[in-house]
Amino acid sequence: MEAALKETKAKTSEVSGADLLLNALEKENVEVIFGYPGGAVLPIYDKLYDSKILHVLPRHEQGGIHAAEGYARISGKPGVVIATSGPGATNIITGIADAMMDSLPLVVITGQVATGVIGTDAFQEADILGITTPITKYNYQVRDIKDIPRIIREAFYIATSGRPGPVVIDFPKDLAAGVAAVPVEEEIHLPGYQPTMEPNFLQVRKLSEAVSRAKRPVILAGAGVLHAKASSLLKEYAEQQNLHVVHTLLGLGGFPAGHDLFLGMAGMHGCYAANMALYNCDLLINIGARFDDRLTGNLKHFAPKAMVAHIDIDPAEIGKNVPTQIPVVGDAGEALRQLLRLGGSPPVQEEWTETLTAWKKDFPYHYENSDALKPQKVMELLYEKTAGEAIVVTDVGQHQMWAAQYYQLQHADRWVTSGGLGTMGFGLPASIGAQLADQDACVVAVLGDGGFQMSTQELAVIAEFQLPIKIAIFNNKALGMVRQWQEIFYKERYSHSKNPVQPSFVKLAEAYGIKGFEIHSEEEAHLILDQVLHDKEPVLLDFRVDGAENVYPMIAPGKGINEMVGVKK
Amino acid sequence: MKRIITMTVLNRPGVLNRITNLFSKRNYNIESISVGLTEQEGVSRITCAVHVESDGMVEQITKQLNKQIDVLKVADISDQAIVARELVLMKVPVLPHNRAEIYSIIEPFRASVIDVSKDSIIIQLTGETEKIEAFIDLIKPYGIRELARTGTTAFPRGNQRSTQQKSFSFV
Repeated sequence: MEAALKETKAKTSEVSGADLLLNALEKENVEVIFGYPGGAVLPIYDKLYDSKILHVLPRHEQGGIHAAEGYARISGKPGVVIATSGPGATNIITGIADAMMDSLPLVVITGQVATGVIGTDAFQEADILGITTPITKYNYQVRDIKDIPRIIREAFYIATSGRPGPVVIDFPKDLAAGVAAVPVEEEIHLPGYQPTMEPNFLQVRKLSEAVSRAKRPVILAGAGVLHAKASSLLKEYAEQQNLHVVHTLLGLGGFPAGHDLFLGMAGMHGCYAANMALYNCDLLINIGARFDDRLTGNLKHFAPKAMVAHIDIDPAEIGKNVPTQIPVVGDAGEALRQLLRLGGSPPVQEEWTETLTAWKKDFPYHYENSDALKPQKVMELLYEKTAGEAIVVTDVGQHQMWAAQYYQLQHADRWVTSGGLGTMGFGLPASIGAQLADQDACVVAVLGDGGFQMSTQELAVIAEFQLPIKIAIFNNKALGMVRQWQEIFYKERYSHSKNPVQPSFVKLAEAYGIKGFEIHSEEEAHLILDQVLHDKEPVLLDFRVDGAENVYPMIAPGKGINEMVGVKK
Repeated sequence: MKRIITMTVLNRPGVLNRITNLFSKRNYNIESISVGLTEQEGVSRITCAVHVESDGMVEQITKQLNKQIDVLKVADISDQAIVARELVLMKVPVLPHNRAEIYSIIEPFRASVIDVSKDSIIIQLTGETEKIEAFIDLIKPYGIRELARTGTTAFPRGNQRSTQQKSFSFV
């Protein structure tokens, strides 16, 4: 009797690795997991069967991780992904690299073969720790069951604090299945990781003084503003100091597009006013942008007359590409709060304001109207008919740039795009994550026919959860941006950029039980958008747009931001 | 120019891989790297000798290293008074007629012979890179059968602390 009692007592104080994992995830308030089962994660999936956490099954692991990125971008919480070992894990590599480039918080759990066979080229074994080291903020391999709670807590902390990023946890199957005594909770102890939140006051004061002395100041706002939830502070500061703001591609929405002080997006396909402001400014205040080459163009011509101030939570970004005179390491929100407190009278810059306003008015984005359906027109219609309130998720290519140019985002966290890595196939799954993060929002997935076909299978998830996503395909029967570059830089030799065979996207949608429409003209576009945009069900819109249309204006590779082509008055 | 960067890191699996990976990912040219335990349990010290084109590049390297979760402290100690040493072992063929000659080179360098066999000896030498290079040059004519070098390991002298001496922009 006593022996039996002792035995049950021992049993109840033991838990499995999978239990510890799920308990830890619940403790982190994880609401949704994007995952794909397989041999090495079966112990985890068995426990998931009884869990309250919503599990979303993508139809390809790549879809799962892009969905998690979309979820992270909109919710501000880390996206959680589970993939099995070997092929499951390697299928999510692109998404991990994408999240790393765009600083999105992810916690990725990969299955691993049992510890006893690691290193033997066992069935479905791949060295995920080795593969993901260069594309993660940090990665772990679980080597002892008792470490699981600590590792999960550290992973969430690392993924979300400082500059956000993806963290991978490689989880051998025997440890997930194995049992151990309930481990004692340990404090997080990461002595080598202490992100600086509070910026150095002297540096901020230096910046504040530089602002008051400036004649031609401009703010360049990147995604760091969004990660820091600092868009209202940015607006307050820009208004207080009467500073004009330009955005990077990823930063869009951080400053309201309709605002008088907003100049537009800068960079390769940015607007004239924004790029000329960067070229001519005498003080450039970079808040949370990393001076990507698609933004700066040829560095020789980037802000050549300016004193550069750079606020960034990641010190390694400061001075990496552009020499910086006023470095401010810290959270964008904290820095803006300090700047606001320092206040001071706005710089005297009437002439500059006049010039900027004139550039903005005289050189807007433009396109020629014709009988063909213009992609830019479709984007304008989407903007009007959603009153600028939609969450816009894009894939990569021409349509992405038209979305950035013509959808005038008024709010933060309404824009999901793959900026740094430029990942085709990102848009459709990312829209799933975005919709799950904000279930009441109108989500528009702006895709090209190329990128859509890289993750078409995720229509199944949209149908399964009846997510009311509006899938807008800008169909030019080509890989549009590749085609554009071949036209301009490769003497119109269209090497493999035209899609020779295309299915009927409408029938494809219908095969999944999703409504679909083919749209050939502006009138049809008006009619159908009015009809479907506010429906609470998914719809696929196949816009047959002008295939000859290019994205302008443009800075050719190797050229400076002052050398734009395709600018019209 | 050559720079010596030292860092203390947590002694965890995969840390060295993470560091060397960072160097190759960022296209930094690493000349030598040496790792060993320190007086503190669970903490290792890594010494890297790197070739860079500009101060900006060293700054970038140290910042990127600093960003690593397992890295506790990074310092570019090149401009400080430092002691830097590396160790070399070499197996040199020895014939009766040149034995005395070889030993006469070993002596002023304070190298030591740590193994003797019928027709060869193994010489051990520690010192700064330049001294090692000079010694190898002198021994080369006699033929070197095998050679192994450790790469530089270094320290600031006396009570100087191994903190950043250069005023990098992020301080």
